[in-house]
Amino acid sequence: MSISRIKAIYFRQLFLFKSNPTRLSGIFLWLIIDIVQWGFISRYLGSLGKDTFSFITVILGAIILWEFATRIQQGIAMAFLEDIWTQNFLNFFASPLTIREYLGGLVLTSITTGTAGFGAIAAIAGMIFGYNILKIGLLILPFMFILLIFAIAMGIFVSAMVFRLGPSAEWLGWPIPFVISIFAGVYYPVSTLPGSLRSISALIPASYVFESLRSILSSGISADKLVLDLLIGTALAILYLIAASFYFIRVYRRNLITGSIAKFNAEAL
Amino acid sequence: MAEKSILRINHLTKHYGDVKAVDDISIAVAPGEIVGLLGPNGAGKTTTINMILGILRPTGGSIEILGKDIRDHRSEISAKINFAAVYAHLPANLTVWQNLYVFGLLYGQKNLKEKIAHLLKDFGLQGFADIKTGLLSSGEISLLNLAKAVINDPCLLLLDEPTASLDPSVAQIIREKTKSYASDTGAAILWTSHNMSEIEAVCGRVLFLSHGKILLSGNPRTLPAHHGKKNLEELFIAVAREPLLLEKIL
Repeated sequence: MSISRIKAIYFRQLFLFKSNPTRLSGIFLWLIIDIVQWGFISRYLGSLGKDTFSFITVILGAIILWEFATRIQQGIAMAFLEDIWTQNFLNFFASPLTIREYLGGLVLTSITTGTAGFGAIAAIAGMIFGYNILKIGLLILPFMFILLIFAIAMGIFVSAMVFRLGPSAEWLGWPIPFVISIFAGVYYPVSTLPGSLRSISALIPASYVFESLRSILSSGISADKLVLDLLIGTALAILYLIAASFYFIRVYRRNLITGSIAKFNAEAL
Repeated sequence: MAEKSILRINHLTKHYGDVKAVDDISIAVAPGEIVGLLGPNGAGKTTTINMILGILRPTGGSIEILGKDIRDHRSEISAKINFAAVYAHLPANLTVWQNLYVFGLLYGQKNLKEKIAHLLKDFGLQGFADIKTGLLSSGEISLLNLAKAVINDPCLLLLDEPTASLDPSVAQIIREKTKSYASDTGAAILWTSHNMSEIEAVCGRVLFLSHGKILLSGNPRTLPAHHGKKNLEELFIAVAREPLLLEKIL
């Protein structure tokens, strides 16, 4: 692995923001709209439930963490699509760049943009709604770690799917976070789902994060249960990351045989 | 020549199902040599170049650069070769400087900022350093492609129709720069073009491909006469239109 080549992929993406600052709206604008909207919805629901339950604390915390994961996933997919739209694969992969370095550059880019977005919405939630993202203390770190790994896995999987099926497959990729959010317990407890769907939730690392978060902020959770949930969530996230990376590399090798790397653009496949 | 070859291709083939895009070709290119790879569209030129670049896996045969097989040393070899092609786009939404910076990092170039300043001056692109690549004329883009292609001081340069659709003035600049690069550095160059007068002016040797096979090879200035043709263009047309007939005669 060459740091210089990972840096090249990273800078290639950062230069886009420098050349065209309106691209920053992709990182911040939608996130801010989302958090403001959910903040007011939570405040309204809170007023209905009086003081029995803090909607802002529970829902807004989950929304901020899920937005973080979604932005990491989309950051990888967007950076990958950028290279498709500019028909750049031929120049990149004819250089000494390896597929692992390329993925490393995409991941680094998405961590930068995802973290910047997370910081912005956490600050806005604090300023407008008095929400403190650090309310659960250092537990935020393992929660974010699980979501980060899972989001990277999703981003690599979506990119691999586009790499395999062609650029138009991006339309299969965009809804994935929304579909997963149904089962991940972001907006409601997993127990809300019918029994048959709950087994799907058990396979989603994010569900362990949001169930634990909700328990900590409402009824409380035992240390043993919390540790077990974190371990299962982490193990699943790492498993998906390995599987997605393996799939991406496999698709790349297939494309080396079919010749589609040299001809990979928006119209070719 | 085989001992000193920078590029040595042995029995290279590429099949797509039943279609033989490249069919058992062998090529050796010596240091400082500029070899023209000629042939009609679909003859296998670009397929051959893509295999040398490591972005297309051969069905059979081997490609050695500086004595090392590309299958086993792809990253190491890729750092020593480079290419420019009319169809290989640099990101249009990066500036000229940013593109050279990104590709300089990819090729592990030391003292990169000084190198970029030198390339911008050498290729007459100083005034365009902060201009987005997509806003350049086709001539300026070709010069930038060539600047990118020599950013790592490659020992093997692959140029796939580098002067296609350029005005004669820019095309001549590119020809002169390529020739002086080969003579100054001893780099080997593989050049494809459909402009036969350009091939005569630049290449010391040509290889004619048709249906994935090398049909003819030799000096572009003497080869036409050996085959009863007035010039290289006539020979090209004969290869393109009657390759099987030519194969029988040979």
